Amino acid sequence: MDHIPILRMGEFLLITVQVDMHDRLAINLQDNLTEQIVRYNSRGVLIDISSLDVVDSFIGRMLGNIAAMSRVLDAQTVVVGMQPAVAITLVELGLSLPGIRTALNVERGMQILREETARAMGELPEEPDAQPLGGGFDEAV
Amino acid sequence: MADTLPIRSSEDIVLVRTAVRKAAIAAKLGLVDQTKLVTAASEIARNTLDYGKGGNVIIERVQAAKPGIRLTFEDRGPGIPNLELALTDGWTSGSGMGLGLSGTRRLMDDFHIASKPGEGTTVIITKWSR
Repeated sequence: MDHIPILRMGEFLLITVQVDMHDRLAINLQDNLTEQIVRYNSRGVLIDISSLDVVDSFIGRMLGNIAAMSRVLDAQTVVVGMQPAVAITLVELGLSLPGIRTALNVERGMQILREETARAMGELPEEPDAQPLGGGFDEAV
Repeated sequence: MADTLPIRSSEDIVLVRTAVRKAAIAAKLGLVDQTKLVTAASEIARNTLDYGKGGNVIIERVQAAKPGIRLTFEDRGPGIPNLELALTDGWTSGSGMGLGLSGTRRLMDDFHIASKPGEGTTVIITKWSR
């Protein structure tokens, strides 16, 4: 049976969806992913969908579920590599993937995950320019 | 030239997507139009499976001023009592996001739906090459 491999890279998990998604595959992925987030204390999940030439509302919902489940387990999710034709179709379909962080490619996605993780650990201010330089940051530590 | 495929399981929907993509390429649809047609086929096929309790799809190459692809989805399920409501954005009777019918209509050039409670539902969608 098909299954979608999950790779571990430090505190992040990487998933490349390369096969066309059906129900059982999606449910297995959710099960395996949540299990691995807990086992490895993962702080982030990067899902590469550059091989998917179709994202319908079922797959969109599956991605949203994964993002929500990961968030509950204190891990961030970024979906990367969406094909332009898929983006056009999704928006026209009325599906703008609410609650899902997206990035153009793996590199930018990893950067977002690193920033989010650093922010969650208190190493970065809440917003990039939320606090004036030198103001209050030292006292908070 | 017409192909009929069954829609009885989630795996069948994957096969429908593959067959529709092949037909769309043969009819010289552009990449965005191919993607729209395959996505629409996937949405309607899921309705056929989830709400129509399974059925089939006929994939046809059609020719007017330009070539196109027409898909006819048929089921013998419970039917849709209120079509107007079912075509409203955001309305859903099941666990979906309520985008299936209204969203699909936006992706297509032609969209027809007929349904009789107790007898089933037929959805016909067409995409023309530009």
